[in-house]
Amino acid sequence: MDNHPTLTINRRTVPIRGERNLLEVARGAGIDIPTFCYHSELSIYGACRLCLVDIEGRGIVASCSIAPEPGMVVRTHTEEIRELRKISLELLLANHEQSCTTCAKSRSCRLQTLCRRLGVDQVRFHRTQQQRPVDRSSVSLLRDPNKCILCGDCVRACSEIQNVGAIDFIHRGAETTVGPAFGKNLADGECVNCGLCATVCPTGALTPNPETDAVWRDLNDPQKTVVVQIAPAVRVGIGEAFGMEPGSIETGRLVAALKALGFDQVYDTSFAADLTVIEEATEFLQRKAAGERLPQFTSCCPSWVKFAEQFCPEVLPNLSTCRSPQQMFGALARHTLPDALQVDPDNLVIVSVMPCTAKKYEAKLPKFRTGGRPDVDHVLTTQELALMIEEAGLQFQQLEPQSLDMPLGFKTGAGVIFGASGGVTEAVLRFAVEKVTGVRLARIDFDEVRGEDSVREATVTAGDTTLKLAVVHGLKNAQDLAEKVARGQCDYDLIEVMACPGGCIGGAGQPIPRELQTRARRTAGLYQADKMLQLHKAQENHLVAQCYQTCLGQVGGHRAHELLHTTHQNRRRIASPGLNVLGQGSDSKLKVTVCLGTGCFLRGSHGLLNALTERIHEHGWEDRIQVAATFCFEACDRGPTVRLGETCLHRCTVDAAWNAIVEQLEAAPVA
Amino acid sequence: MNLPSLASPLDLTVVARDYRAWSQALTRRVIVCAGTGCVANGSLAVYQELTRRIAAAGLPVVTRFEDEPAPDSPIHHVSKSGCQGFCQMGPLVAVEPDGILYTRVQLGDLDDIVESTLVQGQVVERLLYKDPATRQICRGQREIPFYAQQQRCVLEQCGRIDPEDVREYIHAGGYAQARRAYLELSPAEICAEISRSGLRGRGGGGFPTGRKWELTRVEPGAKKYVICNADEGDPGAFMDRSVMEGNPHSVIEGMMIAARAIGANEGYFYVRMEYPLAVERVRKAVTDAEALGLLGDRLFGSSCSLRLHVMEGAGAFVCGEETAMIASIEGKRGMPRPKPPFPAQRGLWGKPTVINNVETLASVPMILRQTAAGYRRLGTEKSPGTKTFALTGHVANTGLIEVPFGSTLRTIVCDIGGGVIDDHGKVVKEGFKAVQIGGPSGGCLTQEHLDLPLDFDSLQTVGAMVGSGGLVVMNQKTCMVQMARFFMRFTQNESCGKCVPCREGTKQMLALLDDIIEGRADETTLTLLDQVARAVRKSSLCGLGKTAPNPVLAMLRHFRPEMEMHVLHRRCPTGRCKALAVPEIVAERCKGCTACKRKCPVNAIEGERKQPHTINTETCIKCGACAEACKFNAIIGI
Repeated sequence: MDNHPTLTINRRTVPIRGERNLLEVARGAGIDIPTFCYHSELSIYGACRLCLVDIEGRGIVASCSIAPEPGMVVRTHTEEIRELRKISLELLLANHEQSCTTCAKSRSCRLQTLCRRLGVDQVRFHRTQQQRPVDRSSVSLLRDPNKCILCGDCVRACSEIQNVGAIDFIHRGAETTVGPAFGKNLADGECVNCGLCATVCPTGALTPNPETDAVWRDLNDPQKTVVVQIAPAVRVGIGEAFGMEPGSIETGRLVAALKALGFDQVYDTSFAADLTVIEEATEFLQRKAAGERLPQFTSCCPSWVKFAEQFCPEVLPNLSTCRSPQQMFGALARHTLPDALQVDPDNLVIVSVMPCTAKKYEAKLPKFRTGGRPDVDHVLTTQELALMIEEAGLQFQQLEPQSLDMPLGFKTGAGVIFGASGGVTEAVLRFAVEKVTGVRLARIDFDEVRGEDSVREATVTAGDTTLKLAVVHGLKNAQDLAEKVARGQCDYDLIEVMACPGGCIGGAGQPIPRELQTRARRTAGLYQADKMLQLHKAQENHLVAQCYQTCLGQVGGHRAHELLHTTHQNRRRIASPGLNVLGQGSDSKLKVTVCLGTGCFLRGSHGLLNALTERIHEHGWEDRIQVAATFCFEACDRGPTVRLGETCLHRCTVDAAWNAIVEQLEAAPVA
Repeated sequence: MNLPSLASPLDLTVVARDYRAWSQALTRRVIVCAGTGCVANGSLAVYQELTRRIAAAGLPVVTRFEDEPAPDSPIHHVSKSGCQGFCQMGPLVAVEPDGILYTRVQLGDLDDIVESTLVQGQVVERLLYKDPATRQICRGQREIPFYAQQQRCVLEQCGRIDPEDVREYIHAGGYAQARRAYLELSPAEICAEISRSGLRGRGGGGFPTGRKWELTRVEPGAKKYVICNADEGDPGAFMDRSVMEGNPHSVIEGMMIAARAIGANEGYFYVRMEYPLAVERVRKAVTDAEALGLLGDRLFGSSCSLRLHVMEGAGAFVCGEETAMIASIEGKRGMPRPKPPFPAQRGLWGKPTVINNVETLASVPMILRQTAAGYRRLGTEKSPGTKTFALTGHVANTGLIEVPFGSTLRTIVCDIGGGVIDDHGKVVKEGFKAVQIGGPSGGCLTQEHLDLPLDFDSLQTVGAMVGSGGLVVMNQKTCMVQMARFFMRFTQNESCGKCVPCREGTKQMLALLDDIIEGRADETTLTLLDQVARAVRKSSLCGLGKTAPNPVLAMLRHFRPEMEMHVLHRRCPTGRCKALAVPEIVAERCKGCTACKRKCPVNAIEGERKQPHTINTETCIKCGACAEACKFNAIIGI
């Protein structure tokens, strides 16, 4: 037992190794005490009351909230505890929509598992469940309050790890539910679609929003040519759905399965990741040379991008303008494949398999469309693909591995390690260091950026240049860094941000991890995959190079920008056209918008608004002018602010506004 | 109020002396009760009108300290007080030093009071309390049995002093103990003294206050907090409210001493929103104390400071639980969190925090004044001192009472309460069935406990608890299953919804009780009810959850036969459960008067004049009108 202090669990002596509670100590000793609301990465909540243990001299307590003490005598399954646990589960079942056969979480539902494990064989209570509407608004996630057991895991994950707080408890007592503020839908709030809530949800109350039906339809449509890209993290996660070990590399069987499902071409997102490395590293080196917009934040994680747009718009200029590999792939495929595969563009369906729920949201953004079609038509999560494989009756483990299709299936190890936190940074370094020094890089492993800590930093020297790097996962950590950047308090050059713990391998689309080490093992799988490839640097990908020659032109050039880069949008304010005060909007009218935000209001904007409407009435110009009230143009120090068409008038007075209105009306022809 | 700031601690005595000089010039004091009960009955109008009419009668009258008394004539001081206790008989008006207590005073009575009592010195007999048991007319508190059996210590100044005038409190010795605490006693000495006194928390748990303070005192940290838990949520309980309304400064002084004892410089009053008058009086008291320099920096010339904030709860019962209260003050959702860590270690904003109930804090200055030994003269060994109770239900006298621990239920119900009454308000000798003590999550006491000396521990042994001090008396006509459902509905409504056993279990217990009352139950219902109740008690997260099933557990423990009667025989012995009622006319008692027959809305009763009647149970809608009409108690089962 080394020199650790010990306690007794079920008559066994067990060491205390600095665990924060008894539940962890028991886990360490191989005893899985049942719980819904305890997560090692979240704060202690103490609500499910399943982790009860009997401590000699103290009676029955919840093991999640008791610190281990040497000499404690603990029992974990006395008659009384068994009874109490069963009653709790029975009570939960009485208030639970027991549509288990049709539930998406059926294979990984903890409520089901625990009921089976603890021998709950009847529900003697009244059914108390009230039917509540299912929230289908989000393209990423489904929220079914009827299956919620109020363990609060999603609420804590969303606020403690991601600092988003998109959902919280609403109402009290028996009426309590979990949802977005003001009864809004998930899609209308601050949700960044990361799906961490769905990962921690023990039941089917939060699940990825499936697109399998749409994909099946296209696969079964003889008119369509369906191509698919598979993200790096998928290959080390999918095996788990078929009873294989986490981290086993299943690229070949994955290709075979997809082909068997009917996909015409199977490509690799890692190809686009190689492309991303080249574009992003080039952008980075340009900024570094110019000393501007540093540190550069990565932009491959759509949850992070939305988070930054909403909560840290001051660092938006620092975000790389590169699209994510999924969207680079999509744009490239839309442009090159119709010719390459000889298909009508309208019949080309582009699907991606992602470890991620936010990718569903990203693919639907209007900015990622070509010729009226989305660059990526459907996004499947690893879980959804596993279900399709099962539905088709494919014995995954027995499939004969097949090769990816070329050219978009060719990748280097740089594009593969993208799936792990730190991978993007390492891939960029493999490019950038060589580029800066002009010397071929002998050592390709940058161990300094690898690891499991949620905030890591490293310094890498490339010739005379020193690069300071930070790698974070979890958006709360990212926000802390972004705030430091905004205050000018950090001197990093590159910051890699991934929303999910461990990066994409820990994404919400992956099979639900069954053990704590799952994420580490998937990461190890990806680095192993990198090792097994011949090439490890994006710049060595000759098919990517060819792609530049035939389609993209120069690295970072105009065409590349058109297809591979994007812009970010400040979403700090709720996008709304404002409250109409006078007249209906029409294109021919002059639109006058008066800010009624706190700052402007205090500076008299409300009086100004009233005076303006009055003058318009006096002149009988209601048919020529539309007046609206809005909130905040983010120029509070210069209020009151009035906007006329496209121009903003700051420190505005009634006369100033009026003169400008008259001027603009005179300039414009009368409708 | 224009108060001079106290430059030095000595000025406390100056305030008291000035006040005494002023008050000595007053001949008579007329105290109008301005507790919530009396205010609701119109006592504020009585107060204003009385002042006006005394002046109109040509008698010199003052209402405030600032009013200069006219020399050499009898002067009347009309003042408002907090709750005088006998709320049922309000509005109450006391006349001192005559020792008169007028009850149910209305505006129309004022001329009589002015003319007879104030001018002529005569008592207005019709306004005095008449003991229904002895038909004795009682002149004042000393003669009224309701008061005679009480020992008012915490409530001593309640109902006498003007709660809105800090100088009355100071004149009565107020803030002297806070001064001592800051200038003469060390924090350790204060904790030790409170520990020696044996004071236990009055909020429900009965945890030793001295130990709580000591645990917080020894925690390291420059920032600590003291919180006054005034979120009194039990239905029918109003002890804390009365103290805050009647003597808010005693609570502030208690908080000052607590703050000194643990080293806190900031504190919160968490008062429930439903107590507007208490909020107002506490706010005023804090402002006045600040104006006098009693709160703020350099307290009594020491280097200590203390700031108090008054916060209103938003109506959640669970916020009376200390960790939920802390969350609520922090602006979070009011839900309990697991303990440990205890508030003494990590409380408000993560700092060591002491949370005490109003009554506990109000006892503190008294303990320092009397010394621990003096305090222990009342009460029992393990539960020293007195306890206030809100006495309500089927009892002749209702109101706020205070008795030493160790008093028996019989004293409270029969002597102070004046006996159990029937549904028509008549005192009935053998009417007692049970009391619900300590609020909905407290417990039940029955006839066998009438002579049990009440204290924290004795109550626990019989499955009840002191709780915050609600005392609801129930007569023989009360159905215990209905009572259990009534209280269960409360605990179910107030469950915060965080932990599974409490949220789901209370809902199921309520549904099972409904089954019993509606006649849907069978043997398994009782087993299941028992199982859930025990599970909720054992595995809930917080104290409120653990005690939420008490109404059910108490019923199963003390009234199992009555319960079984409902379940196994589908009969409610009291006839209160309509679904189980089978009305029947006892032929021997029926005189054939036809009163019932005439009352029956559905013509379900048949029978000739002067012949025993019968009820057709098929037609009967169980409205109970017949039983009401029968003068011979011949109709049973409804």
